[in-house]
Amino acid sequence: MTTLDTPPMIETPIHPAVGEWTLPEFVSEDQLPSREGDRVIQYREALREAMSEEMRKDKRVFLIGEEVAEYNGAYKISQGMLDEFGPKRIIDSPISENGFAGACIGAAMAGLRPIVEFMSWSFSLVAADPILNNAPKMLYMSGGQWGCPIVFRGNDGAGGQLGSTHSWCVEGLYANVPGMKMAIPSNPYDAKGLLKTAICDPDPVFFLESERMLGDKAHVPDEEYYIPFGRARRVIEGDACTLVSFGRPVNFCVEAAEALAGEGINVEVLDMRTIRPLDIDSIIESVKKTNRVLVVDQSWPFAGISSEVITQITEHAFDWLDAPPARVNTRDVPTPYAKHLEYDYLPNPERIAEGVRRVMA
Amino acid sequence: MTSHAPSKPAAVKDGPSTKLPDETLKKWLYDMQLIREFEARTMQAYQQAKIGGFCHIYSGQEACAVGTINSVEHHDPVVLAYRDHGHALARGMDPRACMAEMFGKVTGCAKGKGGSMHMFDKPNNLFGGHGIVGAQTPLGAGLAFAARYEWEVLETGPKKVALCYLGDGAIDQGAFHEALNLAALFSLPVIYIIENNGYSMGTAIERHSANPHNLVSRALGYDMKSLEVDGLSILNLYDHFKPLADECREMQKPAFVDLKTYRYQGHSMSDPQKYRSKDEVEQFKDRDSIANLLDHLMNERSCMSEDDWKAMQKKIKGIVREAVEYAEQAPEPDASELSTDVYANPQPNLSPTEDYRHGARNPLL
Repeated sequence: MTTLDTPPMIETPIHPAVGEWTLPEFVSEDQLPSREGDRVIQYREALREAMSEEMRKDKRVFLIGEEVAEYNGAYKISQGMLDEFGPKRIIDSPISENGFAGACIGAAMAGLRPIVEFMSWSFSLVAADPILNNAPKMLYMSGGQWGCPIVFRGNDGAGGQLGSTHSWCVEGLYANVPGMKMAIPSNPYDAKGLLKTAICDPDPVFFLESERMLGDKAHVPDEEYYIPFGRARRVIEGDACTLVSFGRPVNFCVEAAEALAGEGINVEVLDMRTIRPLDIDSIIESVKKTNRVLVVDQSWPFAGISSEVITQITEHAFDWLDAPPARVNTRDVPTPYAKHLEYDYLPNPERIAEGVRRVMA
Repeated sequence: MTSHAPSKPAAVKDGPSTKLPDETLKKWLYDMQLIREFEARTMQAYQQAKIGGFCHIYSGQEACAVGTINSVEHHDPVVLAYRDHGHALARGMDPRACMAEMFGKVTGCAKGKGGSMHMFDKPNNLFGGHGIVGAQTPLGAGLAFAARYEWEVLETGPKKVALCYLGDGAIDQGAFHEALNLAALFSLPVIYIIENNGYSMGTAIERHSANPHNLVSRALGYDMKSLEVDGLSILNLYDHFKPLADECREMQKPAFVDLKTYRYQGHSMSDPQKYRSKDEVEQFKDRDSIANLLDHLMNERSCMSEDDWKAMQKKIKGIVREAVEYAEQAPEPDASELSTDVYANPQPNLSPTEDYRHGARNPLL
């Protein structure tokens, strides 16, 4: 029998449960390649570039999901990847989220590095047991014997008149679970840098994209770069009110900010980029300057991300606030189908601007 | 009351078990008796409130774990449901680590963070007991996927076959059917082993599953090779299972096995067993798998005497007693262990309340 003494402490920065692990080198925001340039590609292409670059470097990485291979991606994110990597690494799954998400957790435990594409995060609900009960808890439940280095990614939020069941914003539900990390890029540049980091992270990462942003275009550097988790980006500098947002609504915040600037209200817009970890330090720093805050969150208000952010702000900067912290969420109803109702349901530039005026009043 | 009864398929003439040396069969007997004794002391400790939570006793089903695990290689991955102490011991887990886990001690196999239902043992390629019924079935497909990927894509591993255990209650879960479909569709080397003890908790198989006496029909629906075997006779089990496991490994494809077995204790420690009669339990005890193998070794192979058996039992009693004493004396997890092993790469701001960091190494690593 082996000797079982009280075990020694872990000394390595990365938990030995995932084996030897090297993180990419992260640089400060101003040392990242420029966001300005003429290599303009779509959000979906930025995602593809991130996956392809990592797959070229590490054969343990593979992509599985509905229609990712022969169909070239239901949303053309994985277009061409089957040709480059072959059917053993770009794998069409049946419509069986519980099955393939669960299987990939087993594969991750055994040493592979799966990227699991959910055509929509709405469909991940039938895989709740594996993705919430297995992936984020495996390291803990096994007493530090097995980790689960896996990326779950897909479209989150209203896709455009898809009705209630297909329009889930899962961040409010899923970010509740300790053991997982969550990234939610708002633009092509961040999509590439964050997804590469997600693939290189040894923890389970929930990566939330948006069908409505897949065609968004911006300059994305050809070179490799990694955006660290837990570092917000200041999109617009201002001193009147801090807008805290993440994912698609960041773009609405920018629109609202432009409209408000015409009224002489200069807001600061923070793009959180990751929800877990949450860069509360940047939020607090900004709130201490503006003394007012509006959180813009595309998920429901009750016990959601906006609730969490505002709680943390009041915990850390209560005395710095000149007005009660406020929020704009999706309306607290199931997602409607009718176009104008869906528009009113979502955070939009008008509702955000109105929210800011309320905070400023 | 279940009409569940192990069938008695004819023994395989000159099956592979006949070629096994006496010492191998004695080791199986040892493992089965170790499990039986271990579970007896587990129940005792549970009744003394030294073990908490849900606790599922394996007594009666020993031939299933010992017979199947000894049909594969040590590097083959194994994943379990929550009735997992027996498989852990059969796989080679130190009984002290197993008992200490149930006592919630830091020297337990999961540092006291898993408990009875979550026996993990990385050095023995045991990917855990899993508490949600059927949750381990997609994991089993994934372990087989990884094994095949390592062999075929990475070219770093030998051909392996994964074993995924579940009870008959789990065959009603959606996850199980999705896993079977994936395993067959992708031709994954995994064997789904149904330890069919006739009850889904307190619900007899006739009351919980359609077509209850033809479970292999599920596998046939996925065009998967399947087998129904009496799981109370370890030699018979091995004779049928070993060739199947070899075939799955060689051909890199899945299989399904309905192992007819029986549990002597309730579903968990809190089960008054009003759904079955004492007669039924006694009927199965007459065909006890340990007595069955012992009889073979004493009277057919004539390689064991009454004294040998007494000595073996005595040795096992000592080892299990030592495991209990060890578990009692082992240190509890430090309070700081509450927030360790949450993230492999703990970063700032992952939680509003916790400062995640690494703690003690797992004692098995």
